[in-house]
Amino acid sequence: MSEQSKPARPLSPHIQIYRWTLTMMLSILHRATGIALYAGTALLAWWLLAAASGPEAYAQVQTVSSAWYGRLVLFGYTWALFHHMFGGIRHFIWDTGRGFDLKHVEILARITAFVPPLLTLGVWVAAYAYLGVL
Amino acid sequence: MADMRTPLSRARGLGSAKKGTEHFWMQRVTALANIPLTVFLVGALVVHAGSDYTTMTGFLGNPFIGVIMLLLIFSACYHMRLGLQVVIEDYVHGEASKLLALMANQFFTLTIAVACALAVAKLVIG
Repeated sequence: MSEQSKPARPLSPHIQIYRWTLTMMLSILHRATGIALYAGTALLAWWLLAAASGPEAYAQVQTVSSAWYGRLVLFGYTWALFHHMFGGIRHFIWDTGRGFDLKHVEILARITAFVPPLLTLGVWVAAYAYLGVL
Repeated sequence: MADMRTPLSRARGLGSAKKGTEHFWMQRVTALANIPLTVFLVGALVVHAGSDYTTMTGFLGNPFIGVIMLLLIFSACYHMRLGLQVVIEDYVHGEASKLLALMANQFFTLTIAVACALAVAKLVIG
């Protein structure tokens, strides 16, 4: 089983042969954002440990988090959080046995795809407005 | 030579019959907990995006905030350990590399949880 040998039977085609669909993309994105969020907790640990360590350590975090690439990572991380959360809520709805018909699958897919980017944008516009930058 | 062991003893240690749904269940329990906890974290990040060291440590040093942060850390780390376990089981097929990856997953998530929890504890208590 674990050895990668070629079986002598025809194999079903892999994902690249199918027409790209939104539901398919969301399935992949759910896993991708999950992995990204996993790795990103190292940043959360860095932030908290720095705050617990003292002003110098915290200043290093602030240097990175206020730089353009730091802001980009924070923005991306916020989107990944919202995206994964909406994907999870979609799974909760499916857990109750609802929303499996094509119409609702498409509606849920659109909500999961398009609301998180808007929420992310809204959250950071609010953050910068709160800071008085905007 | 015939195997003298009973079917029950052969099955023992290969996974308890009572634990089959634990992974699924805890994945959902932590997922549900993560919703309000994550909303809190995003809100805190937004409000404190430009805060200086004193304001930030004052905020994180509040015991009420500390409780929420600890719950978030434990729930999120538990959830992501379960999630990456499934990813590893799906994509890593070699027995040795799979076991090593699963162990690395345990070590990483526990390290993150302990590091974050210790930091929060120091901010609140120390």
